[in-house]
Amino acid sequence: MSLAFDDYGRPYIILRDQGQKKRMKGLEAYKSNILAAKAVANTLSSSLGPKGMDKMLVSPDGDVSVTNDGATIVEKMEIQHPTAKLLVELSQSQDAEIGDGTTGVVVLAGKLLEQALTLLDKGIHPLKISDGFDRACDVAIKHLETISEEIDIQANEHEALIQAACTALGSKVVSKRKRELGKIAVTAVLDVADLARRDVNLDLIKIQTKTGGSVEDTRLISGILIDKDMSHPQMPKEVKEAKICLLTCPFEPPKPKTKHNINISSAEDYKKLYLQEQQYFVDMVKLVKDSGANIALCQWGFDDEANHLLLQNELPAVRWVSGTDVELIAMATGARIIPRFQEITPEKLGKAGSVKEVQFGTSNERMLVIENCQCTKAVTILIRGGSQMIVDEAKRSIHDAICVIRNLIKDNRIVYGGGSAELACAIQVLQYADEVSSVEQYAIRSFADALEGIPCCLADNCGLNPITSVAQAKARQLQESNPRIGIDCMELGTTDMKEQRIYETLSSKKQQIQLATQVVKMILKIDDVIAPDDY
Amino acid sequence: MDIVGNVLPQVLKDEATEDKGEMARLQSFVGAIAVADLVKTTLGPKGMDKILKPTGPGQEMTHITVTNDGATILKSMYVENPAAKILIEISKTQDEEVGDGTTTVAVLAGELLREGEKLIQKRIHPQHVIAGWRIARDVALKTLRDISSENDIESQEFHNDLIKIARTTLSSKLITSDRDYFADLCVKAVLRLKGSSNLDYIQIIKLPGGTIRDSYLDDGFILKKQITIGCKRRIENAKILVANTAMDYDKIKIYGTKVKVNSMDKVAEIEAAEKEKMKHKVDKILKFQPTVFVNRQLIYNYPEQLLADSGITVIEHADFEGMERVAAATGAEILSTFDAPERRDQVLGHCDLIEEIMIGEEKMIKFTGCKKNEACTIVLRGSSIHILDEVDRSIHDVLCVLITTVKNRRVVWGGGNSEMQMAAACEEEAKKVQGKQALAIEAYARALRQIPTIICDNGGYDSAELIQNFKVELQKGNLTSGLNMNDGTVGDMKELGIKECMRVKEQAVMAASEAAELIMRVDDIVKCAPRKRERA
Repeated sequence: MSLAFDDYGRPYIILRDQGQKKRMKGLEAYKSNILAAKAVANTLSSSLGPKGMDKMLVSPDGDVSVTNDGATIVEKMEIQHPTAKLLVELSQSQDAEIGDGTTGVVVLAGKLLEQALTLLDKGIHPLKISDGFDRACDVAIKHLETISEEIDIQANEHEALIQAACTALGSKVVSKRKRELGKIAVTAVLDVADLARRDVNLDLIKIQTKTGGSVEDTRLISGILIDKDMSHPQMPKEVKEAKICLLTCPFEPPKPKTKHNINISSAEDYKKLYLQEQQYFVDMVKLVKDSGANIALCQWGFDDEANHLLLQNELPAVRWVSGTDVELIAMATGARIIPRFQEITPEKLGKAGSVKEVQFGTSNERMLVIENCQCTKAVTILIRGGSQMIVDEAKRSIHDAICVIRNLIKDNRIVYGGGSAELACAIQVLQYADEVSSVEQYAIRSFADALEGIPCCLADNCGLNPITSVAQAKARQLQESNPRIGIDCMELGTTDMKEQRIYETLSSKKQQIQLATQVVKMILKIDDVIAPDDY
Repeated sequence: MDIVGNVLPQVLKDEATEDKGEMARLQSFVGAIAVADLVKTTLGPKGMDKILKPTGPGQEMTHITVTNDGATILKSMYVENPAAKILIEISKTQDEEVGDGTTTVAVLAGELLREGEKLIQKRIHPQHVIAGWRIARDVALKTLRDISSENDIESQEFHNDLIKIARTTLSSKLITSDRDYFADLCVKAVLRLKGSSNLDYIQIIKLPGGTIRDSYLDDGFILKKQITIGCKRRIENAKILVANTAMDYDKIKIYGTKVKVNSMDKVAEIEAAEKEKMKHKVDKILKFQPTVFVNRQLIYNYPEQLLADSGITVIEHADFEGMERVAAATGAEILSTFDAPERRDQVLGHCDLIEEIMIGEEKMIKFTGCKKNEACTIVLRGSSIHILDEVDRSIHDVLCVLITTVKNRRVVWGGGNSEMQMAAACEEEAKKVQGKQALAIEAYARALRQIPTIICDNGGYDSAELIQNFKVELQKGNLTSGLNMNDGTVGDMKELGIKECMRVKEQAVMAASEAAELIMRVDDIVKCAPRKRERA
């Protein structure tokens, strides 16, 4: 940053290390910020829609991941530019709140910024632009609600849910099996859903991955799968009518928190101590056994002696079960997590139909399946695939689908996809612009243009001519006043998205438009960037 | 700078790179095809081996690996190219899942991408290529399942099938000249498992010396340990106690304990108590009345002597795996506490004979006539450790394939027969499909056909002519024809007895298609700045 000097040649220093800082002001700052954010949006725009492409990301350690999920892409790109980082956060907040539409939200923000750039060139004040965007956003959201439709999620064996899941899965690498995977996701969510309260606890759905086989081999296990095996190789591999004792204390002599010393000063004490030690193990196993438990799951390790005593007492046990698994098992089987051996009582045991060890492939890897749990149903989706990258991507895709289904259970209003909802909003916003007399009308018109950018982008990715197809769809929407006309991405011969059954949740669309507008407003308010010189 | 000349701000970190569109695609194609080309020469019975020389400091420089196994080659390579990494990844998964076909899967994925690249150059959108591949893949898998046959697990035919499959798998390995011998050996070992898929029970011991022919299958179980000095070297009708317990000194497990004494006498007392404690433990062990005591941990002289005095043969320091195998083979329980001698009959293992044997220069302990007769040992001999390592890998491949076959039971004809049939089915399908996808289906067929072509090329035969003749034979309806790599003709696989496991092929086709699709879908590669490593 440049320095000003006084009469004696001494610099006026206002900021610390002023000489090493860089400053951008006014229009220059706006443009630089917008261009950086647009660069991120451009990278994502080719991932939008059913024919969108994937991105290959190489991590700092050289690990490769291939993905189509917007939030994952921007997260792994390790973006450095501060304004571009805002878009990363934008995508992540969409992911956290809704779980799907993470690409769409960034692309929309990019289109809005593009429009803002031309408005800035026209000399319109940034605050006027953001004001206009804000008003346009309200109109769009209102219109979305009017064109939304309620669907009956129960009808036709949850057909609507499956279709919505398919829409979410359609853009991913697993799309060839979208129907099967969609069904798996729907069954999983419905199994754990509380339909009366319209709530779904996603913690009850565990997604476990395992390389090998093919994506087709992905299946739903109505129980919990944990990546552990029995602590002793000779313990039984299957326990029926399991009564589970869930421990969070190790099978070891207790370690009091208070610092203490035991001093041994005679041979007698030494012998006593030895007996005491043996007694600990015997007591522990006895306490577990007496409670009626026939399997013990422990978050910690076992001493060799304890391990053998467990085997000798025919009490299968599993050690080093992860904390999240312990909680999940507790929820599903109705077990109470027991922190001390003294507190084991029969009531605290969890019940499950069976616990058994299963094996995969030629490598000697085993996992435990806990089935027919007593309390809430917990389910596991076991994802298989040819390589680590595929199972990782499949996991992200299934997560998206599950989120969509959950959102539909919470709020069963939908809008139609294929860019039709955006197009309908654009038309509405454009009409509204004519009613506004101030400068904001330019911004409002630009907002409509940006909304049209989404179907444009979709058409482009599908290899259609974006301008003709969007113009055609828009014309038909106006003529037939039918907000369901969109882009025929899959070349099925109809542009009516109701016939194609492309469902998106209303909440996701609303959130996309709101979040994108907010971020754009935020970027438009920055007129001064002070940063260290080295970037 | 962008197209209009604006200076773009730097979005990614320094040293990070981003390639888009054609550049990204080109990069992945080049990388994947290069990897496939690298392993391609090892394919088939006339495939060549590779020498792998480790990089890095120290002695590793001197230890080289000679191998023909795709997964081993790919695993030891350090590649930068992300697409190449994907190919390596599927090869590894293939290894874990079915154990063989690791080269095939990488080559098939590479060939698919090579064909895919040509289609892209013809301005066909990658998504159309993928759509076509998906159709082709389903057709290919269906064909594969249709042409496979199944035999009853107990039948003689199934047994013969297993031997044929083992021979086919071995024919591409170093020990191809002795393949009949090894095929028989492996099949016997696998059949002992009686349908269980636990490869742990088959132990492979490598000992340099002798020739490959001197390798043999021992129906007993061999532990690579020595019997402690002063014990009997041969025990008949042995009762074995397998333990995992500390026999050096018992450390006190109660937290915060400290021994504090004020005179020398007390030290002696404590010492005596310690000794007594050990003696107590030994006494408890003696109550089980074993004749052999195997411990995973170290045994100190004192307890060792006590045990030896009671006429018990002591084997110390057995490793975890060895111990589990002993326990499994002899039906023993692994003990860590010794308070229940009344359970003697349940916990003690049994075998007819334990003796110390010499193989080459090494002493080992052999357990024969075990209670549970599943475990067995394959002793491999060979003139150098490199050869032994390679034979070990080959045997491992064969065992994996055999176990997979026992589980799945479906077999297909080898010699490129299944690939050619799948290719023919894809071509047939392509005629029925409208649109650009048909081109991709044809490309898929060509890629499948590349596998037998490469096998021919590796054998030094005229692949163009052979493959065409092969095609004609299949067209004529000789559905068992295949490549005869011994004299470079198209022969009848039924006569030659070349069979392959269907599951291996199925997995290879599935994994290769998935990987090719994954790479094909990429249009943007972002490489993050490499992590700065502190120099030690």
